Amino acid sequence: MDEEVHVAAPVKRSLGGWLLIAMPYLWLLIFFLAPFLIVFKISLSEVAIAIPPYLPTFDFSEGWETFRENLSSFSLENYIWLTEDALYWKSYLSSVIIAATSTVLTLLIGYPIAYGMARSPQSWRPTLLMLVILPFWTSFLIRVYAWIGILKNEGLLNQLLLSLGLIDEPLVILNTNIAVYIGIVYSYLPFLVLPLYASLEKLDGSLLEAAEDLGCPPWKAFWKVTLPLSIPGMIAGCFLVFIPAVGEFVIPDLLGGSDTLMIGKTLWVEFFNNRDWPVSSAVAVILLMILVIPIVLFQNQQQKMAEKNG
Amino acid sequence: MSLKSLFTGAAALSLMCGAAFAQDRTVNVYNWSDYIDESILEDFTKETGIKVVYDVFDSNEVLETKLLAGGTGYDVVVPTGTFLSRQIQAGVFSELDKSKLSNMSNMWKEIEERVEKYDPGNKYSINYMWGTTGIGYNVDKVKEVLGEDAPVDSLALILDPANMEKLKDCGVFVLDAPTETFPAALKYLGLDPDSKDPAELEKAADVWKAVRPSIQKFHSSEYINALANGDICVALGWSGDVLQARDRAAEADNGVTVEYSIPKEGALMWFDQMAIPADAQHKEEALEFLNYIMRPDVMAKASNYVYYANGNKASQELLNDDVIGDPAIYPTEETVQNLYTVTAYPPKVNRVVTRLWTAVKSGQ
Repeated sequence: MDEEVHVAAPVKRSLGGWLLIAMPYLWLLIFFLAPFLIVFKISLSEVAIAIPPYLPTFDFSEGWETFRENLSSFSLENYIWLTEDALYWKSYLSSVIIAATSTVLTLLIGYPIAYGMARSPQSWRPTLLMLVILPFWTSFLIRVYAWIGILKNEGLLNQLLLSLGLIDEPLVILNTNIAVYIGIVYSYLPFLVLPLYASLEKLDGSLLEAAEDLGCPPWKAFWKVTLPLSIPGMIAGCFLVFIPAVGEFVIPDLLGGSDTLMIGKTLWVEFFNNRDWPVSSAVAVILLMILVIPIVLFQNQQQKMAEKNG
Repeated sequence: MSLKSLFTGAAALSLMCGAAFAQDRTVNVYNWSDYIDESILEDFTKETGIKVVYDVFDSNEVLETKLLAGGTGYDVVVPTGTFLSRQIQAGVFSELDKSKLSNMSNMWKEIEERVEKYDPGNKYSINYMWGTTGIGYNVDKVKEVLGEDAPVDSLALILDPANMEKLKDCGVFVLDAPTETFPAALKYLGLDPDSKDPAELEKAADVWKAVRPSIQKFHSSEYINALANGDICVALGWSGDVLQARDRAAEADNGVTVEYSIPKEGALMWFDQMAIPADAQHKEEALEFLNYIMRPDVMAKASNYVYYANGNKASQELLNDDVIGDPAIYPTEETVQNLYTVTAYPPKVNRVVTRLWTAVKSGQ
């Protein structure tokens, strides 16, 4: 008894305290785990001509017995189907490649922007921040549509290049993967700039002064001090770009060609053209695994590193 | 204000709202985009006092997914025959109360008989429009590329690689609808267009794969503008859409002449049917709407506007000459004999077809 009290004492919390801790878990439960379980459940069903278009529907209302019967009829058939068809793996792979390439490009463009913002005079920063956020005031869909007007064969970009004499024939950009890259980098740039700017702005200027005092040239100080300290911001920003980009549907659909293979489009075809909810749910579950498992492993690794260093 | 008076106030307010709702009759219609003369809706409201909430879609797939999820809130929807038959099986629709559809007698028996294939006894739906899937082409450009005797009246124009290689730079669009493209390729091969045999479907996919490099885009609506603007030479498309392109080009007077041809090998005949979902909130209003649509003058107005044939025999006297007299819209008896219909793919076959179609489109 004494021991127990002893252990519990330092973490003794009020009800409010517990609620506070429970909030993030509740959030996860309602907005992540519950939808995931619903999707996972559908992925074990079989397609049927009915409302909704799959069986069994896993309904509690018909009593415990039917429920148990339904449970036994679930199968992994849909997952086996996914492994048998190369289309799905090609889609996953090409989505990850497109998302990763876009993330690197976004980082290369976004870092100088965030750095410039963080080093600008204090009075400018709110304005600059506003400029980064401003595009969000226009609908995402309209902004992507605008790129069609810019990139198409008779579009603004080609007209400009032709009139400048830089090209003789219009460049075919729309309906290719290049257009998809442009669309993703453009759309997700603010998501990278904002967290990066936040971490660069917090950077302790005295560290750079110290480096300078100790004879470190500015470029080396950037390499040895600024860059390592901005890694958390870079990671946060890259995740915010990479994760939604993998599942992106609108950009490849509007800007990509019919040979642009991305899992978001494959999922759409599966869901709408095949009305095969079970298989599309299986595709979604695997997509989640592909995204979540590496990220969790990475976070663990980071935590261990931090603990070791701290 | 005391709590009690607040409560009474709220109760009175809710009563008033209830009364207002009862007077405010509405019908929620979900139809294809660009598929009605909007003045028909206004006239309907004027005549009956029923407000029409009109919403549009551009693919059967989107409509079907919504219907199968249930609770769409729509009272009248317009699926195509093949999709309709599967939806009837799934229990999506409620049977029509024909005692409330006095204008049913205006309908065209021949069309009703053909529709029986999808809706036995015409129990769940009425025909809105019907048409064919054929070839839309830019007359001058195709002649320029393939010469005077270009096979514009044959599927070979689109499915023979020799023709397609020449047409490539000029631009070819194809419907992004495997339920249309597979029957066409099967017919071209001399097989049953309604085939459900995976081996035959694979052969059809091979036909498309052979011409795939010359196809600029698979899309189910963009070809209207592209044909009208002279951006492309050839499109496999729906009759009325191509004819809309023809008229837009003529109106714009841009030197583009678009024509529609029904391939001599035979063409797919399809039917867009109006039906009432089982969970519709305003069934009475929906029936009134269907009955109104079946009035000869209304149906004639709709066809004169969208350039599709309708299933209403009585409306034919009221049609403009450029509609009833155009064999591309109302084909001759001889051509009609050559038109075929197809049935819905069962789920497993559907999966194979979609997969094959994705492979064609992505060039895999």
